[in-house]
Amino acid sequence: MDTKRRKFLKMAGATVLAGISAPAVVKLTSSPAVASGDSHSAEPAAGHAPAAGHAEEQPAGVRLGMVIDMRKFYDNQQMLDEAIAVCHKVHNVPDIPDRKSEIKWIWKTGFGNAFTEQSQNHRSETVLNSSFPVLCNHCDNPSCVKACPTKATFVVEKNGIVAMDFHRCIGCRFCMAACPYGARSFNWQDPRPFIKTYNPEWPTRMRGVVEKCNFCGERLAKGLEPACVEACKGTGAMVFGDLNDPHSEVREVLGKEFTIQRKFAAGTRPSVFYIV
Amino acid sequence: MYNKGMVMAGLIIFVLLVTFPIWFNRLDAGPMPKPELPPGGEKECVAPAAVMRDTHMQLLNEWRDDVTRNSNREVIVVAGKEYGKGLQLACMQCHSNKEKFCDSCHEYAAVQPTCWSCHISPTEAELKKEAQ
Repeated sequence: MDTKRRKFLKMAGATVLAGISAPAVVKLTSSPAVASGDSHSAEPAAGHAPAAGHAEEQPAGVRLGMVIDMRKFYDNQQMLDEAIAVCHKVHNVPDIPDRKSEIKWIWKTGFGNAFTEQSQNHRSETVLNSSFPVLCNHCDNPSCVKACPTKATFVVEKNGIVAMDFHRCIGCRFCMAACPYGARSFNWQDPRPFIKTYNPEWPTRMRGVVEKCNFCGERLAKGLEPACVEACKGTGAMVFGDLNDPHSEVREVLGKEFTIQRKFAAGTRPSVFYIV
Repeated sequence: MYNKGMVMAGLIIFVLLVTFPIWFNRLDAGPMPKPELPPGGEKECVAPAAVMRDTHMQLLNEWRDDVTRNSNREVIVVAGKEYGKGLQLACMQCHSNKEKFCDSCHEYAAVQPTCWSCHISPTEAELKKEAQ
């Protein structure tokens, strides 16, 4: 009796010990080859490799972006109004006079509001007194997409557009809180009474839905440029294209000119660049 | 059985009340809706009429997901004519009278699809047409 119990306790103790230590043993025997070998030394080297400084990681594939050349807009603010009007017309965006409930896809703002991270000290009169076009930045790392509980807003994989599926939007406005650029508007009321002319090829929105610029996904499918880009055609004020294609027009401009981005410190990696 | 008379009378009243819509309409479901055929005289749809009658809602949902979520905006060719996927881009191009086409059946079947809270019917589009 006694010996049997002693034997049982010994066996049980050994089993428990073996069970607890097994994962540690597996880890110790399997990892050294990987950990001490190539990857450990190679990883930091790759991370700091390019001399470009803080090079951002770029996802592969098409990533649509835009360069806005403010030098073309300074003396031609009317062109900016036209670009906004044409965008709002093709997308049935209502014109609501009350600023608290207005709907904007692309709109005008001052330098200080557009570029909050830039100093306004001793800026030229032209810069301080001109309106800057601002729109959804179609970020590479969009905070709105992370905030959306229904996946109503998402990144289109084939072109990097931050798109919206109005059918799925429940109007929680988390995306509006998450967007650092204020690029999203909420329909506090039925927008239809405020739409002057309908584009019969595009829907309106209903009360309780968030909306924003879609980089004219529906026009791109037809081989057209975004409406605002088309409105300033020939001036080069707005250049649109694939940021990942080294031979695209946008990349050509980006390679030549000094550009700035809105609120880059937010870490969303915006796709809209400005030449100021 | 206790209170036989009361129970039976109650049961009869209950059955009569529940079947009220049936006997009140004298076993008649009313005239069948006759949705208007395309005023432009188009004869061919994206699918046979029977299939469309049964599953147009599924087809519309597929189109919606294809266009909004997969950015798959391939055109559909019906009888040599190209149409984009969508209510406004495809359906309404031929069935141009929503009130006489969509609504006629939907009202009969007492269904209220939410399509039109955002999508614009041709009648509505006509009201705010671009002056040219």
